Amino acid sequence: MPVFILNRLMQAAGAILIMSILVFVGLYLVGDPTSMLVSPEATDLERDAVRQSLGLDQPIWVQYLTFAGNALRGDFGRSFLTGQPAMQLIFERMPATFELVVVAMGFAVLVGVPLGMLAGLRPKAISSKAVMTTSILGFSLPNFWIGLMLIMLFSVYLGVLPASGRGEVVRLGNISLSVLTADGWRHLILPALTLGLAKAALIIRVTRAATREVLPMDYIKFARAKGLRSPRILRVHLLKNILIPIITVAGLEFGQAVAFAVVTETVFSWPGMGKLLIDSIITLDRPVVVAYLVLMVGFLITLNLLIDIVCMLIDPTAREKVRD
Amino acid sequence: MRFLQAKLMTTVAAVILGTMPLSAADLTIGVKSEPSSLDPQFHVLATNMQVAFTMFEPLVMMDAEVVPQPALADSWENVSPTEWLFHLRDGVTFSDGSPLTAEDVVFTFERVAKVPNSPTSFTLFTRQIEKVEAVDDQTVRITTLRPHPLLLTDITSIPIMSKAAASGPAPEGKTTTELNRGEGLIGTGPFTFVSWQKGADLVVARNPNYWGNAPEWDQVIFRPMTNPAARAAALLAGDIDLMEDPPTANLDDFKNNPAFTVEQAPAGRVIYIALDQQDRQSPGIGGAEGANPLTDKRVREALSLAIDREGIVSRVMGGVAVAAGDMIPSTFFGSSPDHATAPKVDVEKARALLAEAGYPDGFTITLGTPNGRYVNDARIAQTVAAMWSRIGVTTEVNAAAPPVFFKNRDELQYSAYLGSWGNSTGENLTTLNAQASTFNREQGTGTANGGRYSNPEVDALITLANATMDDDQRKALLEQADGMVMNDYGILPLHFEVPVWAMRNGITIDGRADQYTLPQGVVSVE
Repeated sequence: MPVFILNRLMQAAGAILIMSILVFVGLYLVGDPTSMLVSPEATDLERDAVRQSLGLDQPIWVQYLTFAGNALRGDFGRSFLTGQPAMQLIFERMPATFELVVVAMGFAVLVGVPLGMLAGLRPKAISSKAVMTTSILGFSLPNFWIGLMLIMLFSVYLGVLPASGRGEVVRLGNISLSVLTADGWRHLILPALTLGLAKAALIIRVTRAATREVLPMDYIKFARAKGLRSPRILRVHLLKNILIPIITVAGLEFGQAVAFAVVTETVFSWPGMGKLLIDSIITLDRPVVVAYLVLMVGFLITLNLLIDIVCMLIDPTAREKVRD
Repeated sequence: MRFLQAKLMTTVAAVILGTMPLSAADLTIGVKSEPSSLDPQFHVLATNMQVAFTMFEPLVMMDAEVVPQPALADSWENVSPTEWLFHLRDGVTFSDGSPLTAEDVVFTFERVAKVPNSPTSFTLFTRQIEKVEAVDDQTVRITTLRPHPLLLTDITSIPIMSKAAASGPAPEGKTTTELNRGEGLIGTGPFTFVSWQKGADLVVARNPNYWGNAPEWDQVIFRPMTNPAARAAALLAGDIDLMEDPPTANLDDFKNNPAFTVEQAPAGRVIYIALDQQDRQSPGIGGAEGANPLTDKRVREALSLAIDREGIVSRVMGGVAVAAGDMIPSTFFGSSPDHATAPKVDVEKARALLAEAGYPDGFTITLGTPNGRYVNDARIAQTVAAMWSRIGVTTEVNAAAPPVFFKNRDELQYSAYLGSWGNSTGENLTTLNAQASTFNREQGTGTANGGRYSNPEVDALITLANATMDDDQRKALLEQADGMVMNDYGILPLHFEVPVWAMRNGITIDGRADQYTLPQGVVSVE
């Protein structure tokens, strides 16, 4: 197990290295941030002064080595646009994204697993077919469209929920959270629903497939033959065995949502990290983009590792595989 | 669908009118971008200025038509060509109750050059100033390096900070980081700082010690909403009271809905096409046997005549723009009276001019444009391309994301590109200096002259105007220089953007040509 974890961490370091080079070169090729930052009335000499102060006059490899050297010491540079440390900017926005994604995934799992099991247990029933058809809609409709439709319905037409912002927040130290106030929840529902619908649809399909796969297994038949009651069969024998694909998919989707909740955050003006990433890409604020992606690669790899560990704890056969 | 929409809107109106908020003295504004900092001297950026002007005031302030008006200085005199005296208004106090003195002004001007990490330093506005001194408590003397007629407009961008509040151990006093937290953010403006959560709401409240007319709002909330559709939805839902830049496609929806109104400002920012006038084989031009046809004035005139500016205004811009014949609106100081109105489209004459210049069959050209930087930018370029192709100049549009576009433009990779220029001084001198002067890196002239237009006579007139303190004489010089640039077709103005705001019924905004959304300009209507 420790070897396995160590291996994974080394993979992570490699991925971060490659990714940071790619992002660095990519943003370098795209354009010159000074033309996005500097007022058009500034003279060429003033522009050069800015370029120099940001280190942009150096060749790309010098810029990269400087960055990498600082990053090893935990300094990811300052945002070109705001002059603040890039990591600080990201950490300030992180709680907003996390609470949005946690609520969205909670919704997706609570709705997705029961409906998926229902559809898997009675595949021919009309209710199951309805669930499956709706789930197709769930992940084929674009996210921003679902968001705008929800706004039109609940904010504009019914006027019951707000369409933007975070509402009242409670500060715990440096972290501010919406989930602790009623007003915060009202602001949270629509974006979480938007983000969660597609995830729920996916979980429905995974759960259904897994259920269908497990149902004909001998141990289910055996449990039935022993005369066990249906609820117990479902809970102990079925649910436990379909949990692995569900945890894997839910975990991966959670990571995706944290890293790239951009569209939902933009539509609902939700002040999370995704919006920061998009704004930073538009202004070529390279330190923020690189810091963000480094952080996210680290996060996604850690998350994958956690998923694997959890799966191993549930499923003994997976443990065997790692040992080999 | 249309019917459904209309029905939806009226229902919305009923819902909103039925649930008017109780705290009617709060104002929430959906703004299209957030400031990069609250430090009023950190970054020359319209979003930052607009926020700064809610809490701070300069000595001299631009009005809605971009004409300098007394603000913290109620009078001034030009003692000699390089020496100005500013008399501070009596009885002005900062929001913490301390009185405004000349020392605060001196402190503010001295801080400008010390602010570190600035993406664009405010030295842009102080580079002509030699020194700023306090003559007495109520008088400030500003000495310029050379006669500088734009001093007044320059200092409209320097909001005055409180020396006592903004001093600190760092060379610049309170650092940008501290100011972002609200520490030392003490000005004389109509509002005071309450809170700022980056990416989310910025909240300001009425300044109880304000010297002027108290603003109507107890509290103002700026909510950044980059997506125009999200802003529109939030306005419809009653989340916000006022939005910047409603999408042109939805303007009629708001106009026809009794629950909302739309306000416009005087025209300001110009959209133009710059043409490469260097003697070289211009990139993106084909069928001209290696020559650059754009160096021929007749060709440039033909390209200008082929453009139906009124058509662009009505069909692409939804009517919220003004066709342009000049780079600045005719109401601005020093614009050419001969070019106050936009030229009429004349396809026949354009074809004849092309033939005369030796291109009876036209040529091919690529028109560069940013996609998503200015209102409808790529669509405007497509329309111009169609109009040029009509006279035989087969035009292909090269639309790129703004950072890519600016990179190509700065490397002079376009023969023709669509650009935009906002004149924030109300005086043609800034526009001519940046757009029409011959490009010169060392002297800092022609900074935005991407077509590299160059005319020695124009240069001479502009140089003279830069040193002419007498307003009438300078005006005449500017008008003459401007007329020559326009007659040369050195640059092709298309239209002026008209800033637009949509808001709930019951309030109105004093729309400003510089596009700032200032909450002190928002008032209730009976």
